Amino acid sequence: MEKFEVLQSTAVPLPIENIDTDQIIPARFLKATSREGFGENLFRDWRFDNAGQPKADFVMNTGRYSGQILVAGKNFGCGSSREHAAWAIYDAGFKVVISSFFADIFKGNALNNGLLPLQVSDEVLARLLGQIEEDPQTTLVVDLVKQELQVPAWEEKIPFEIDAYKKECLINGYDDIDYLVNQKDAIEQYEKSRPWAY
Amino acid sequence: MAKTLLDKIWAAHVVKSIPGGGLDVFYIDRHLIHEVTSPQAFDEIEHRGLPLFRKEQIVATADHNVPTKNQHLPIEEPLSRFQVDKLTENCAKHNIELYGLGHENQGIVHVMGPELGLTQPGMTIVCGDSHTSTHGAFGAIAFGIGTSQVAQVMASQTLLLSKPKSMRITVEGEVKNGVTAKDIILYVISKLGTGGATGYFVEYAGSAFRALSMEGRMTVCNMSIEMGARGGMIAPDQTTFEYLKGRPFAPQGERWEQAVDYWSTLYTDEDATFDKEFFFDAQDIAPMITFGTNPGMGMAINEVIPTDVPASEVASYNKSLNYMGFQPGESLLGKEIQYVFIGSCTNSRIEDLRQVAKFVQGKRKAPHVEAIIVPGSKHVEKQAIEEGIDKVLAEAGFELREPGCSACLAMNEDKIPAGAYCVSTSNRNFEGRQGPGSRTLLASPLVAAITAVEGKIVDITQYLNESSGSRLGMTKQYEEAEQLL
Ligand code: SF4
Repeated sequence: MEKFEVLQSTAVPLPIENIDTDQIIPARFLKATSREGFGENLFRDWRFDNAGQPKADFVMNTGRYSGQILVAGKNFGCGSSREHAAWAIYDAGFKVVISSFFADIFKGNALNNGLLPLQVSDEVLARLLGQIEEDPQTTLVVDLVKQELQVPAWEEKIPFEIDAYKKECLINGYDDIDYLVNQKDAIEQYEKSRPWAY
Repeated sequence: MAKTLLDKIWAAHVVKSIPGGGLDVFYIDRHLIHEVTSPQAFDEIEHRGLPLFRKEQIVATADHNVPTKNQHLPIEEPLSRFQVDKLTENCAKHNIELYGLGHENQGIVHVMGPELGLTQPGMTIVCGDSHTSTHGAFGAIAFGIGTSQVAQVMASQTLLLSKPKSMRITVEGEVKNGVTAKDIILYVISKLGTGGATGYFVEYAGSAFRALSMEGRMTVCNMSIEMGARGGMIAPDQTTFEYLKGRPFAPQGERWEQAVDYWSTLYTDEDATFDKEFFFDAQDIAPMITFGTNPGMGMAINEVIPTDVPASEVASYNKSLNYMGFQPGESLLGKEIQYVFIGSCTNSRIEDLRQVAKFVQGKRKAPHVEAIIVPGSKHVEKQAIEEGIDKVLAEAGFELREPGCSACLAMNEDKIPAGAYCVSTSNRNFEGRQGPGSRTLLASPLVAAITAVEGKIVDITQYLNESSGSRLGMTKQYEEAEQLL
């Protein structure tokens, strides 16, 4: 996993609520058996028409916005547990998703892939979307170390929450598997001591 | 201290808690895998040179990508075939029990596990699939995980988790005629919304859930994820034990007695408290249907599409209705439907098929409707044939296919064409879920069967009153249907 400390980037706004993982990456594109290449089909049915031509009005196609931060409506990533959704977003070049609410599984999947799900309040989200739409050159600073989001022209910095362990993992590029494999002794001990084993 | 069912099972699976944070090393009893979300996990552990830690706790099946016709032939679509072959290869290499295509135990992972007795009370069960919540119907902690976590379980039989908050949803009373388990859960989701239970683990309590068969309970727990919940569960009781007894992987003999003793301790103590509680009256629930593009957009079938939407949600709401081709304030009654899909891990069990057969016996589907029934597993298919359900369905013009996920997510060739309406017994009505441009209306198998016969959406409550005195709801009383067929 790539390390993440501070990111400075412009952002792409997607002010739609309840974006589910079927929209992020439709099931028919889940047939690959490796992790790469899903970015091409990110938001497939919003981004391309049936003939595979880009839809001119979709935010990623207008040419107006770019950057490594996706700013999306509330309840982002609901639906299926497919980690392909996180892979697709990451593969398409995003390192951060900002929303006012994330679905649980998506959040976990994102963190396991070095993609930061950054949760802000509904008000901050609305202001942020307004600001980016007004000035697509707006450059945001996501400082994971300080747990702060900085928006130029805003006086205050926006603090955000992240689990301390997950933060460590992102900063150092570790993932859970490294940690868990090292717990083997404790796990075997547990297996012997369980009150009821299946 | 008084404990919830979740507290009891959670505590029994904590290997250790990590100091300073809210994370536990959490032990997993059973790990189910399928072809779509496992290949990258196998790659991951191989790449890291890690062995499978407890391979005998893993069971695999092929379901998402499989055709529902001619399963004895090689899969035609090359990418699907490759993915299914990859699963076979990985299972052979790592010595994992696989119920692949053609195996008598093959089926949708959440139908296969319970019917074989792999799912038991008090267990922790995971699968790289969000509807793993289904297994909570047995009083288990069961939830969907991402592929990175699939690799973690393969490598350590544990996950790093923070304990979810607890929610109890109580529905008391007896449901009305024509109201099934599916209607109860669609009703609850319509009240809580798609994000209403995010961060929570739900326990369903009250006489309405107690009265349900295991099939009905699975339908309810299955859809927990559709309101954002990490999982859903129902305390085990006599219904649970009776269902499990004698199933291939259920404990036998003395072990069975011990198991039932232990399982009988798995309930929420009387004074235990939940982080959030909801109460509903079973009498308020009517047969439901969805009108939008998330499962929270549901209503009683004879209601009109709501117009009172909070200002912040209007844009998303209109986008959704626009996709569906509906107007706010509109009734769906009389809308012509082109497809009916009866299947998926929500409603493809024998009880669902019996219910459909009972209704369509002696009737015919409307000529313009294509009605597909996809059983949840080989065992369901076999039982349907033994009970003569296949003949009843064939006479009514319904096509009984071979088991798999099918049009629930349209990864195989079973797709609903763009613009067409499909009344579906599955769990998700997302844009394009059943094929690009498809429009899905979620409903119970009973509503689906009636829609197929009528060719349009009808007020089934009226229908039931007019056409039959017998009870069609899927409560335990429904077992009379067995004698009928
Ligand atoms: S039937 Fe549908 S919801 Fe269930 S596991 Fe298959 S794809 Fe997922």
